[in-house]
Amino acid sequence: MSIARPRYTVAAITLHWLTAVLIVASVSLGLYMVGLKLSPLKLRLYSWHKWVGVTIFLLVATRLIWRATHAPPPLPAGPRWQQVAAALNHWLLYALLVCIPLSGWLMSSAYGVPVVYFGLIQLPDLVAKHKELGDVLKQLHKALAFTMLALVALHVIAALKHHMMDRDDVLHRMLPLVKPLEERKP
Amino acid sequence: MTFARAAVTVCAVLAASLCSATGAHAGRVTAVDIDKSAIAFVSKQMNVPVEGKFRKFSAQLAFDPAQPSQGRVEVEVDLASIDTGSDEANDEVKSKGWFDVKNHPTARFVSSSVKSLGAGRYEVAGKLTIKGRSKDVTAPFTYKSAGTGGMFEGAFALKRLDYGIGEGAWSDTDTVANEVQIKFRFSGTAASPRQ
Repeated sequence: MSIARPRYTVAAITLHWLTAVLIVASVSLGLYMVGLKLSPLKLRLYSWHKWVGVTIFLLVATRLIWRATHAPPPLPAGPRWQQVAAALNHWLLYALLVCIPLSGWLMSSAYGVPVVYFGLIQLPDLVAKHKELGDVLKQLHKALAFTMLALVALHVIAALKHHMMDRDDVLHRMLPLVKPLEERKP
Repeated sequence: MTFARAAVTVCAVLAASLCSATGAHAGRVTAVDIDKSAIAFVSKQMNVPVEGKFRKFSAQLAFDPAQPSQGRVEVEVDLASIDTGSDEANDEVKSKGWFDVKNHPTARFVSSSVKSLGAGRYEVAGKLTIKGRSKDVTAPFTYKSAGTGGMFEGAFALKRLDYGIGEGAWSDTDTVANEVQIKFRFSGTAASPRQ
């Protein structure tokens, strides 16, 4: 008799990897577009970056609802500081993935450019046009994004460390399209 | 040249004194208080409405709500005074492919007719010249009397490519829409404060 070890649900796995892909897209677009000279391409990329940002925000909101209604699979036994660090990193990432799109939306409003999701749905301007506020929000958006990148790097390194050095199922339970590992018999 | 200018001045003075001689009745406005006036525009980039304005312009007008068809207006806009909301865009739109302000520093509107649409609403038609290209435009507007003056407010849409505004790569209207909304507000006064 073998017992399948618990994995994340299909919904959680889908949301996780979609978010991961969109973060890569969003950061790449963001870093590339800011250096461009004003051109139609630049305006297009800014819009795409904003659409991706709004999508990430919606995905993360959905994930937070998932988290509130599902317990994630338990962590393997290990030092307590690692378990605390893992939880802390997860919650900081959630917080950043909410705050970064929000700061971008506010920045856009402050610069007098509304966000129009997919060119169809115009989001309300939460602040009035105010260039200096826009400059502050731009720095905040950037600082939060670089903080997130550092935490994502930590998150990836930790997952790989579990997978390759500890050889446990921490990464496995979040991988799509794999069969659950079976409980190893002692 | 000097003679022509002198003649114009004499005519203007004559016209002004004629006005006061016949007793400008309440409601007729003959000048514009620029500080209380505004010319703004809304362009759409990737379907995102972005508002901008012109900081410098001048306007001459005469309007009497009792005889709207006698109304006339001339507006001259200093295109280099454009404020799009970002320095980068301000520089860009002054360049050759956009307004080409070096060769065409001003845009000009000269009315040809004004008619009443009823209930305080009117319509002005005339020629708008930008970048050396003239097009007929009509703009509905409202007029509200206040004291000895009154406020004109209106809007109309123009197609930027009709005037060659945003050529080359920028002529792609999927990114920057062809249609640009122009909004104006002019504070009319009974007499020019400068005279």
